[in-house]
Amino acid sequence: MATMIGTSVKRREDAKFLTGRGNYTDDINRPGQVHAYIIRSPHAHATLASVKTDKAAKRPGVVAVLTGADTAADGIGGLPCGWLIHNKDGSPMVEPPHPPLAQGKVRHVGDPVAVVIAETYAQARDAAEHVEIDYKALPAVSDASKAIERGAPQLHDEAKGNLCYDWHLGDKAAVDAAFAKAAKVAKIDLINNRLIPNAMEPRAALGEFNRATGEYTLYTTSQNPHVIRLLMGAHVLHVAESKLRVIAPDVGGGFGSKIYHYAEEAIVTWAAAKVNRPVKWTAERSESFMSDAQGRDHATHGELALDKDGKFLALRVSTVANLGGYLSTFSTTIPTWLYATLLAGVYTTPVIYCEVKAVFTNTVPVDAYRGAGRPEASYLLERLVDIAANVCGLDRAEIRKRNFIPKTAFPYQTPVALQYDSGDYPGCLETAVKASDYAGYDKRRAASEKAGKLRGIGISTYIEACGIAPSAVVGSLGARAGLYEVGTVRVHPTGTISVLTGTHSHGQGHETTFAQVVADALGVPMESIEVVHGDTAMIPFGMGTYGSRSLAVGGSAILKAVDKIVAKSKKIAAHLLEAAEADIEFKDGVFSVAGTDRSKTLGEIALAAYVPHNYPIETVEPGLDETAFYDPKNFTFPAGTHICEVEVDPQTGVVTVEKFTAVDDVGRVINPMIVEGQVHGGVVQGIGQALYEGCVYDPKTGQLLTGSMMDYCMPRADNLPAFSVGHHTTLCTHNQLGVKGCGEVGAIGSPPAVMNAVVDALKPYGITHLDMPATPERVWRAIHSARQPRAAE
Amino acid sequence: MYNFEYSRAKSVADAAKAASGDAEAKLLAGGMTLIPTLKQRLAKPTALIDLNGIADLAGIKRDGNNLVIGAMTRHAEVARSKDVKAVIPALAHLAEMIGDPAVRNRGTIGGSIANHDPAADYPAGVLGLNATVITNKRQIKADDFFTGMFATALQDGEIITAVSFPKPDKAGYMKFKNPASRYAIVGVFVAKTGNDVRVAVTGAGAGVFRAKDLESALTKSFLPTAVEGIKIAADGLNSDIHASAEYRAHLITVMAKRAVVACG
Ligand SMILES: Cc1cc2nc3c(=O)[nH]c(=O)nc-3n(C[C@H](O)[C@H](O)[C@H](O)COP(=O)(O)OP(=O)(O)OC[C@H]3O[C@@H](n4cnc5c(N)ncnc54)[C@H](O)[C@@H]3O)c2cc1C
Repeated sequence: MATMIGTSVKRREDAKFLTGRGNYTDDINRPGQVHAYIIRSPHAHATLASVKTDKAAKRPGVVAVLTGADTAADGIGGLPCGWLIHNKDGSPMVEPPHPPLAQGKVRHVGDPVAVVIAETYAQARDAAEHVEIDYKALPAVSDASKAIERGAPQLHDEAKGNLCYDWHLGDKAAVDAAFAKAAKVAKIDLINNRLIPNAMEPRAALGEFNRATGEYTLYTTSQNPHVIRLLMGAHVLHVAESKLRVIAPDVGGGFGSKIYHYAEEAIVTWAAAKVNRPVKWTAERSESFMSDAQGRDHATHGELALDKDGKFLALRVSTVANLGGYLSTFSTTIPTWLYATLLAGVYTTPVIYCEVKAVFTNTVPVDAYRGAGRPEASYLLERLVDIAANVCGLDRAEIRKRNFIPKTAFPYQTPVALQYDSGDYPGCLETAVKASDYAGYDKRRAASEKAGKLRGIGISTYIEACGIAPSAVVGSLGARAGLYEVGTVRVHPTGTISVLTGTHSHGQGHETTFAQVVADALGVPMESIEVVHGDTAMIPFGMGTYGSRSLAVGGSAILKAVDKIVAKSKKIAAHLLEAAEADIEFKDGVFSVAGTDRSKTLGEIALAAYVPHNYPIETVEPGLDETAFYDPKNFTFPAGTHICEVEVDPQTGVVTVEKFTAVDDVGRVINPMIVEGQVHGGVVQGIGQALYEGCVYDPKTGQLLTGSMMDYCMPRADNLPAFSVGHHTTLCTHNQLGVKGCGEVGAIGSPPAVMNAVVDALKPYGITHLDMPATPERVWRAIHSARQPRAAE
Repeated sequence: MYNFEYSRAKSVADAAKAASGDAEAKLLAGGMTLIPTLKQRLAKPTALIDLNGIADLAGIKRDGNNLVIGAMTRHAEVARSKDVKAVIPALAHLAEMIGDPAVRNRGTIGGSIANHDPAADYPAGVLGLNATVITNKRQIKADDFFTGMFATALQDGEIITAVSFPKPDKAGYMKFKNPASRYAIVGVFVAKTGNDVRVAVTGAGAGVFRAKDLESALTKSFLPTAVEGIKIAADGLNSDIHASAEYRAHLITVMAKRAVVACG
């Protein structure tokens, strides 16, 4: 049984999901339930002259029509932001109010204005057409760089020039000095395209109020129910946590978009008490497009200073980040602490300076999306390194090798706050080069050329930071919460075990992986272990799942609880076996007296703990149920090499991914199949960002032009080759499992690999950069304009 | 979706009767366009007259040199039909390229051409092959059928019963898919029958149209190289976030050339 770790155990949760027996929020129906339809702004920017509800209130089936005036009258608070960022001058960022229902003004298409509650959803939707809303349209701005220009439409009175903050990190003077001495400089201007997450399950929320007890229950599609309870209870509804239960049942994907506390959660919970009936809301897909927090959206200028041998001397980065119309829960930390701190990458660049302006625009709020800040950093850096190779006339693998942090240099302190604990970047590159048959590339290129196609190859040697993070550290950086995790191991009288975790599984397979970890640690069969998550009434506490933290932080908390179980069991065993505690050994689920054949199984200990007839009752409490809070000592640092080969049809501009190799160092691999699945999913989303996905707002009106699957292109199976996924492992040094995290590596490492390949393919045309997504027209245009004689230059 | 009356017609006459009495009624075929429109509340018909119960509207027949495809024939059926593959393989290929398997199992040829989405595939096949649209009232030549964006020669309540395709000597269809919707950004159907060459373009304009420059070039020489140098004017072509008019114009030539190659 000690071999559970490293085994591709089949996912125990799949049987229910694949046979339609999942229990999602929308599957839950409560007695007397009514349905909510949210009326959303059709304008990107408008003042609300009036919202008249009397006609709608008289429509068939209508129970209530509630507006911002009602939330204001009830003293409902705004949706809070969880991370305070400070400006260059030390002053705090601007935090405009974020009301759940609009107060006097709407700031993006989809901004909630009113809610109609009726016996059926159809009745609510019908009645909504009778709510009379007088919008006075205002000029809108969707591009962050434009929003900070003089004369741009202003979103919030508090935010002059639409600026939320103007932040920086690093030693500017040292960087400037290094640039002054540089032999060469590589430069880039790029856009990191805005993405729409599109989890398979749309968001949903069902609020319930019990008049007898004064208790609220919220069922919601959340990645972190305890955080929602905390934020909604304390900041929005002003309800004691003891009177608020949040349940996140089966959740069909999140990718970050289900971390945040959303208006609809507060609305249904508040309204449930007002109408004294359970209130359900489920997003239609079109609503998801205009109300789920979106991702990325940076405009960046980057410069890399090099010496004559291609060694990196300094990096200077200036970014404008789009935050959308309001501050989403963790929005402010994404383009700062989760971005600039990763700009050292896997390289020894001695000095780095990064400045970031974060800007309000008339768009859906932006927050973490798979990778969150780290894909933006790795994309910038890995594109810039390719350009540097070009500038220096070096091979793209060679320039990376010259600048890698050596395997012997750990722990390695970067100039941008992080301390990497372990890694082997040259080893990852070497493994990937072999796995991808890099040596055979020229042959494949020749074959493509023979078929009239262009071929390119791209490398990305990325790093990321996961397992966020020591609470004291994030606290000093402005986080308004701790980032520990909680685990409970409850051994029942008959020896079966419930593992309660404060993380949340919404596709990651925690029910399997966590059970493997506990089975291995306690030497019991997996079948006797049940992993429980997603209910604040059952789980002591938790910070949830994001930032690839579940195993590194949540798994560590569980192991800490296992250690407590073992320690207590040893005491009980010593008593039962009439031996000294120090002589008790624990192995494979059995407690034995060293050097003897006298032993007790964990099951026997558990029974004794719950039926304490013969028991050390003076010194040991009955029961076998332990909880541990684990606060990580550091981030974890997964890294790796992704190599991509593309073909480009020069006639049409169509790019196809022909080959993709990922060699990742995610630390110890508990379940190889699940890790491979996570890498596949991440790589697909990364390829999506590079080639297909791009959220587009009309620059004049702020209308969302990619508001459905007809216009927003999600990658599909036929867009993708079979992936080759491998590992080159170094263990995390500061958690017991040695794990680093695997949920985001794919989305972080792949976009630059794809784009480096695309640009490589277009090299014959003198093209040195192309923004994502590399759509057919964008590629064709680049080729086409390169072919034209350059006019008037 | 707004409320509406629903009825299932037993015959074309039955459907025609129901339709003639109510100008706000709509015929329901595969529902692949109509149902999403209803769900988004973009249409508010009083009644839906379901054609799915009329057996003789579906099916593929050979009629001398012609292939007659019933209006309710699903795309999937056309795609795998031995008759279609034997007589006009390019048409089977066209049907195979529509949407995804679910859409192909529901969507019908009648619904597709009645709808005349400017990015739909069948209109290119119908126009390129010089087909005849047969309705409960008359026969309409392809050249007269498609009148503009989402517009056809059909009168209120007129029901397409079948489409009759004459067998060409050679035909080929090439589609440049919108990466998101998989409809045509540009689709070019090329057919040669005797000395007559027809080139029908979908996706690029307000509706399907014939590309006369390409037709005359191919009439002179039915070779891929014959169209290579032809520059299509971008004026009047569609321009959207997926493709500018200029890019579409370029793609028409590229797809036409590839369609000629596909003719074999
Ligand atoms: C996801 C998706 C992808 C798609 N991709 C493509 C694609 O790539 N290429 C493509 O060409 N199409 C595509 N379609 C469209 C689809 O293939 C159908 O052809 C189209 O929806 C219309 O056919 P239907 O049978 O579904 O008609 P319906 O939706 O039932 O009806 C459409 C219209 O035609 C009218 N109508 C239907 N039958 C008749 C008749 N016999 N006589 C008169 N009027 C009639 C109806 O009243 C209605 O106004 C796609 C659709 C979807 C949902």
